Parts: sequence; structure tokens; C-alpha cells
Amino acid sequence: MNPVQRTVFRTVLALMGMFAFAFALVPLYDAFCQVTGINGKVGDQPRSIANEEVDTSRYVTVQFITRSGKGMPWQLEVEHRQMRVHPGQPTEVNFAFSNNSGKALTGRAVPSVSPSQASLHLRKVQCFCFEEQHLEAGERLEAPLVFQLTRDLPPDINTVTLVYTLYPVTDSQSQLQAQTSPVRGGGV
Amino acid sequence: MASNLPPKPTLEHSTTTSGGLAHEHHERPRGMLRWLLTTNHKEIGTLYLIFSLTMFFIGGIFALVVRAELFQPGLQLVQPEFFNQMTTMHGLIMVFGAVMPAFVGLANWMVPLQVGAPDMALPRLNNFSFWLLPVAFTLLLSTLLMPGGGPNFGWTFYAPLSTTYAPPSTTFFILSLHMAGISSILGAINIIATILNLRAPGMRLMDMPLFVWTWLITAFLLIAVMPILAGVITMMLMDINFGTSFFNAAGGGDPVLFQHLFWFFGHPEVYIMILPAFGIVSAIIPTFARKPLFGYASMVYATASIAILSFLVWAHHMFVVGLPLVAELFFMFTTMLIAVPTGVKVFNWIATLFQGSITFETAMLFALAFVVLFSIGGFSGLMLAIAPADFQYHDTYFVVAHFHYVLVPGAIFAIMAGVYYWLPKWTGHYPDERLGRWHFWMSVIGVNLTFFPMHFSGLAGMPRRIPDYALQFADFNMVSSVGALMFGVSQLLFVWGVIKCVRGGEKAPAKAWEGAEDLEWSVPSPAPLHTFDTPPDFKPVTH
Repeated sequence: MNPVQRTVFRTVLALMGMFAFAFALVPLYDAFCQVTGINGKVGDQPRSIANEEVDTSRYVTVQFITRSGKGMPWQLEVEHRQMRVHPGQPTEVNFAFSNNSGKALTGRAVPSVSPSQASLHLRKVQCFCFEEQHLEAGERLEAPLVFQLTRDLPPDINTVTLVYTLYPVTDSQSQLQAQTSPVRGGGV
Repeated sequence: MASNLPPKPTLEHSTTTSGGLAHEHHERPRGMLRWLLTTNHKEIGTLYLIFSLTMFFIGGIFALVVRAELFQPGLQLVQPEFFNQMTTMHGLIMVFGAVMPAFVGLANWMVPLQVGAPDMALPRLNNFSFWLLPVAFTLLLSTLLMPGGGPNFGWTFYAPLSTTYAPPSTTFFILSLHMAGISSILGAINIIATILNLRAPGMRLMDMPLFVWTWLITAFLLIAVMPILAGVITMMLMDINFGTSFFNAAGGGDPVLFQHLFWFFGHPEVYIMILPAFGIVSAIIPTFARKPLFGYASMVYATASIAILSFLVWAHHMFVVGLPLVAELFFMFTTMLIAVPTGVKVFNWIATLFQGSITFETAMLFALAFVVLFSIGGFSGLMLAIAPADFQYHDTYFVVAHFHYVLVPGAIFAIMAGVYYWLPKWTGHYPDERLGRWHFWMSVIGVNLTFFPMHFSGLAGMPRRIPDYALQFADFNMVSSVGALMFGVSQLLFVWGVIKCVRGGEKAPAKAWEGAEDLEWSVPSPAPLHTFDTPPDFKPVTH
């Protein structure tokens, strides 16, 4: 190999490495965010309640925001738009899905937590967001959310906002998942 | 405008020691085929520069459409949908079609001449990387005529605007960006291979002119980040057409990931657009101050530091996306750190000027305006770097003022300075100084009229990328629009000056400028098609 070929070979190698790195960044980003809890994502698995004493000296305001994504004719309502909870206290709140369209559809609610640091201290025991929902035309489905904010929630966080965005699930692969899902419209 | 410039070096003193001896080995293709098949670095450099100038005018017309709509509050000329396409295409064309190809064109012309190489290391690849560009940008411009219109999501094409909510033509946009990216990558490989392998015997890395140094570092930046851009747009392509969910929250993806990936490419990209400009200015200021560049080694290290730091600052574009406090602090401090090497450069240029025998040829005027106006852009950059303050400035016209100050009187003025500086070498004629001065002053006044008021409207809260605005911004916007028209029209003087210089004018000797020392001034003016067929006799100057 002459020197020019060697230079070109090395730069092309670096190029391919960087292209692969761009795609490697996708799982790396997810792993990084999961460890540090900095993008407001919560795990998609139920967790147990941490047994700890309720901190009655402190109140945290928990707000719920629900919305429908593009092309989603459903509505998600929440029992209370805002509640005040003590850290350590398990809380249950009811949500209601209603399919306002004329046809059956599968959908899922994607959660997000703000401020993102709070996601490390939020334990969801039961959530409709762990599964997909299937609703017949005009059907209404109630689903509870059971969560706990642990006592180590940083003291500067006084308000935690939980956002649920509804998205339609259309492709066949997700339909299969929906069939095995325990929460189904009409079944509960 | 009375001329009090020094007499030009006379032709008798010109040295014709090297070059110009090449014998034609075979019949060369003529007409169109000559340009289509050329592998000569000078011809390809010229093609790049002409292409870039064409794109500069197309992108400029798009900018004038934007400014015309913003001349008055309310909607007068264009619909908001079309306005969005104009802002987007203006950005894309100027970044990928005008500024980057202009620097590659200058590199093609000057890097082999400055290192004493007979041509680029890979001449055929060079031809390919140029001819990708007209194809890419014809495709990109054609999206404006497609149903649903062209790209309308801003030049940063944030997902999901550019995926879920994008017009159907977005797939063509992705393809054209892929082609432009491949062109840049191939150009960068070629430049690296030329600089590392084809230097004149005896020329060490630390003997290279700064334009070569800055381009070497820029080429490494291109190698590092253009694949990231390619990766991002490939992910977009898959999200749009193949049902993946890289940036789609509904499928478990994350739109914020797009912003991280984009700016991991995007911030080094903005330095790709300014580092070669530093190199050009570092050639021009010593020439017309008739002093060697002050602090050559520190210039090289400062350039390298800026390049390395550019990988650690990307999230300063995303302060309001909901970053944790520690990230805001980290990116704030790394961003402010960049002011240190940049300050080193500015002080070195000023120290070079200090006690120099300065003359104000057009190239020097543009280079001096670069130093002053680029610094203004740098200072507003420092203001934007302050994370808590950025919450006010984010997505306002203050940001528009900032990046136009570093790109227009920054990158573009440096390119124009380079053109005026090297025109004698390219054409064998001096550019018309009187016309050059008219061009310079019209441009300087136009640029400042356009962009300086944007600082104020931005601080007062005018959002960017919106076709209408509140009444209190009307005066600032009217001034900006008048300035933009003035700047745009004055570029016709530039074209006139270049054409006039190609067709004739005062003859230039090999060493066209009294204080110019680099190797390119040892070959005749105009530079013959083949130069340095035998390596030149290089004597290092002490920096």
C-alpha cells in the first residue's frame, strides 16, 4: 500500500466507525437516560411499593396531563387533574379511556415525567401505560394508576407532572402484543 | 474613493522558476466534456466556486423573499406554508450549497499550490465529489415544485416535524442531503490525503500555511461528523418509510434523541464553516500588514482546541429542551471555554497588525471587517452560552442575529476576501480596486443594517421562523429588509468585479502582493494548468 492509499484506508475506516457510532448512540442514549433518569422516561414494568414511612411533613403536587397524538380519536380523562401527596404514600388515581370513533382500535398511552429528575423517584405499581388497550367503537374503559413518590425525592422538587399521550397502534406486530395483554376493553 | 494604495509589484520582478513547463501529453476534451471529465484541481476548484456562487444567489433570493414578507407586519406576499419552505431552503442552500462548497473550492485551488503538490492526491475522486453537488441540489430545489411543497421544518429538520408531520417530498430531501454529505466526505478524504502525503520535500506540518492547517483540521471534523448526519437522516428515512420509531414517542423512540444526534453533528458543522475562514484571514492580514503572522504555533493549537471543544458543547442548542441542571452547567462552561482559543486568534490578528505597514486593498478590507464583525457574533454567542439567559433568547431573532454575524460577515466575508486575494493568481489580473471598495462598503453597511437590528427585536421577544409579528417590531424589521436588499444587490458588484477581472485588467506578476510569502506566489500568474510537476525548492520561514 502506498502512503496515499494508507491515508485513505484509515479515513474510510474512521468514517465507517463514526457511521456505526451514530446508530450505537441510540441504545447508548437509552441506557444513559435509564441510569441517570434525565429524559423523563419511566420503566415500562410494574414495580413494588417501597416500604417506607410516609413523610407527612412534606406535600408534593402531582399534576396529570392527558392528550391524544396525531390521528388518535380517543379521549383519556383523569379523575383528578391535580393532587397533593406525601412522599412515601402510595396513591391511586383513576383514568378513563373512551373511543369516540366508529371503529375498534388499539392504542397505547406513552408516559413522560417532568421534571425529569423526578422519574428516578417515581414508582408505578400499576399503570395502563404498561400495556396496549383495545377499545371497540364507542367503548369506555376505566384503568387505575397506582404510584408512589419515594422519600428521597429531592427537596427542591415540589411539583411533578405526569403526561400521558395517546397513540394509535396500527401495525400487525403490536396487535399480537395487544392480544396477550391482560387489560383489554370489556374484559375488565 | 481616491486610491492611495501602494504601487503593485511590477512584472519584471516576477519569478517564473517553477511550473508552467508542463507539456501537453494528449488531446484534451473540449467544451462541456472538458468540465465534466476534468481531474485538474484548478478546474475543479473553479467549478466548486462557480457552483457555490450560483447557490449563494439562489439562497439569497430565498432570503429576500423572507425579508420582503417581513418588511411589514401582517401577511402580504406569501402564505405561511411557503414562508416556512423559504426559511428552510435558505438555510440548507447556504450551509450545504454555498459556504461549504466555496471552502472546498478554495481548498482545491490553493491547498496543492500552498503545499507544492502537482494536484490533489485523488483527482478522479475529486471530479466525482464535485459532480455529486449539482445533482444533489437540483433534486433539493425540485422538491419546491412537488405536491405538498419542499422541506418546511427549518434547516435543523427537528423530528417529528421532519418525520411525522413532514411533506411527502422529505424522502427526496434526505436523498439530496446524503449526496451532499458524501460529496463533503470525499472532498475531506482528498484534502487529508493531499496534505499528509504530497507536501513539498522539507515542508513539515508546522511549516504549512494556516489555510492548509485549518483545512486539515476541518477535514478531520468532516470525517468525524458527516457520518453522524448520514446516520440521523437514515434514521429519519426509516421512520418515514419503514415503520421504525427512532424519533417517534408512540413507538418508544425519543424526539429529543434527534436533537442530540443532530447537534452532535451540527455544532462541529458550524466550525467546519468557520475554521477555513480563519485560515484565509491568517493569510491576508500578514500580507497586507507586511509582517509575519503573530503567534503561528498558537494559531494552530487554537484551531485544534476549537475543533476538539466543538464535540463537547452540542447541547447548548438545547438548553430549553428540559436538560437536568448538571447538563446545563456542563454545556454552559464548555461553550464559554471556546471563547479562549477564539480570543487567542483575534488577539494574534491584532498583534499582527500592530506596527505593520498596512495597506487597504479590497481583500484586506474584507479581512479586517471579518475580524471586527465576527467578534461581534462571537460576543453574542457568549451571551447565548449563558444557560439561564438563553431561556429568554432561545428561538428569537437574537439567535438569528448571532449566527448570521458569524456566517455572513464571518464565513462569507472571509471567502470574498480570499477571492479578492487569490484572483490575481487565478486570472493573472488584479481585481478592480474601485469596484471592490464599492462592493465592500455596500456589503458592510448592508450586513449591519440587516442583522444589527435583529439583536434588538430578538431581545424584545420576536420569535424566529414566523411570517408575521407584533406591531412593535415593525421598524426594526423594515430596516432589516432594506439592509438585506442592499446586501443582495451589492453582490452583483462582486460578480461584475470577478467577471471583469477574468476578462482583463492590470497584469499581475507571480508574486502579486508585496507581502505575500507562501508557495502559491512562486508560480506564474495566472497559474498554469499544471504546476509543481517537479516539487518546489521549499525553504521554511521562521514563524
